[in-house]
Amino acid sequence: MQSWKFFASCLVVLLASLALCLSGVNEYVFYAGFVILQFIVLATAWNILGGYAGYVNFGVPAFLAVGAYTAVVLFKFMGASLSMQIVCGGILAGLLGLGVGLLTLKLRGIFFSIATVAVVFILETCVMNWPYVGGATGLQLTRPSGLLLFPSYNRMLFFVMAVLAVGSITIARYIQTSFLGRGLRALRDSEEAAECSGVPTLKIKLIACTVSGALMGMAGAPMPMYMSYIEPTSTFNLSYSISALGMPIIGGTAHWLGPLIGALLLGGVQQVVSVTISNELNVLVVGVILVLFVVLAPEGILGLIKKCKNSSK
Amino acid sequence: MQELLKIEGITKNFGGFTALDQVSLTVGVGERLGLIGPNGSGKTTLINCISGSMQPTKGRIFFEGQDVSAKNAHIRAKLGIARSFQIPKPFSSMTVLENLLVPFAFVSGSDGPDERRQALEILNRMGLLEKAEVQSNQLSQVELRKMELARAMAVKPKLLISDEAMAGLAGAEVQEVLDILFDLNSMGITIIMIEHIMQAVMRFSERIVCLDTGCIICDDIPEIVVKNPDVQRAYLGN
Repeated sequence: MQSWKFFASCLVVLLASLALCLSGVNEYVFYAGFVILQFIVLATAWNILGGYAGYVNFGVPAFLAVGAYTAVVLFKFMGASLSMQIVCGGILAGLLGLGVGLLTLKLRGIFFSIATVAVVFILETCVMNWPYVGGATGLQLTRPSGLLLFPSYNRMLFFVMAVLAVGSITIARYIQTSFLGRGLRALRDSEEAAECSGVPTLKIKLIACTVSGALMGMAGAPMPMYMSYIEPTSTFNLSYSISALGMPIIGGTAHWLGPLIGALLLGGVQQVVSVTISNELNVLVVGVILVLFVVLAPEGILGLIKKCKNSSK
Repeated sequence: MQELLKIEGITKNFGGFTALDQVSLTVGVGERLGLIGPNGSGKTTLINCISGSMQPTKGRIFFEGQDVSAKNAHIRAKLGIARSFQIPKPFSSMTVLENLLVPFAFVSGSDGPDERRQALEILNRMGLLEKAEVQSNQLSQVELRKMELARAMAVKPKLLISDEAMAGLAGAEVQEVLDILFDLNSMGITIIMIEHIMQAVMRFSERIVCLDTGCIICDDIPEIVVKNPDVQRAYLGN
């Protein structure tokens, strides 16, 4: 997609979501929409490291929670604004990404993935034993009154998450089309050959870890205000990892559009199933769709489209 | 002959196993050096140490007089050390042309139209021009070997290390790869060739170094190396 078309589309999406927020649409749309938009950010962030570089990160909830708990601490300590919570959450989660990257430099494949799961448990244990943020029982939060021009807090959070989603897709697209993207693809195919072809594999891996972690942290920062509550068991839930990993796999990991398509599809189906059937069943839905795609379309929806185009030529 | 590469007392241990033991070697500018030795003698470990894929336990490596021992492989690539791999390692999600654009992007600093043209020129030289837009995981074995050499060429190397680029190829294909290596050498590129096909090594090399159990047992012109009793013992036993 040409750059001007991409940025025009971003602008249209942002204006449309702003118009939606100011319209009289049912409040539930924003409640459900926030979750789907959050998954767009998480899936896009996951794909920068997992899809482009081939490093499968199972530690999504850890990064999300760093963002969320940073927001809680800042809000409780100094009543920080939402924008400050998001920026600081992103910075700290980015630093965690850098740290995880540095500590797991020599780990590849399944070993890297296991190390990222360990990060989730370590941080969860720390939070469980930290009374200031509510420990294991959690913490009730009262939303501040500042709504800018929005009729409700949920609508404002929806718009904020839409901005984050557009921002993260823009970053992912930039990475994909830049030197960095070419280097990450080379690194995914063969780290040794990439290094011998002049690719500074360590540096670009760390950049990918940091950017991916920071975006996940930013997606997590508005969460406490969205729920008006935070507690560790649901914040550190590994189902975030499954969704953030499943969505790019369903959409296609090679392109920035893949996580977007996957998150819209899977996130949308999850919301519909949650409302119409049951909340438990939506976890099953993720599993079934994931298995179907891995077996029938390992390169995701984008891969299927490419195959259809090639066969019609 | 002006010195390009100088290896000083390289030792590489894997736990208690010594893969390279005090190996010293110099390679001159424009030289064609053959590196032979039985399986497990340390040939690939030596070139891994030269290219920077492995750090030696002891010893130093100089390239154009500069100590590169502590430098990573990507910095050595920028200095002009390129290599191919014994088992081809293509960037399989990319086309052949894109494979070459990786070194252009990171070594030359650009992958624009000019670099694209240069990459196509290299592919033409290697006889791979019609495969430029083909996905690299769809290449035949000989095409993969040629692509590896082409990708190494995109690094704009002063030293090219070819690690068994002819392994598993048929007679005519061996000749094709050999012609390519001669052609590259005629452009002034120094070449270290690791090979088991003795006919090819004998024809190609100006000098042959034979490794056995991590030590250099012979370093001379091809005619003398093949007659050396230690070399014969290493290959054929007592």
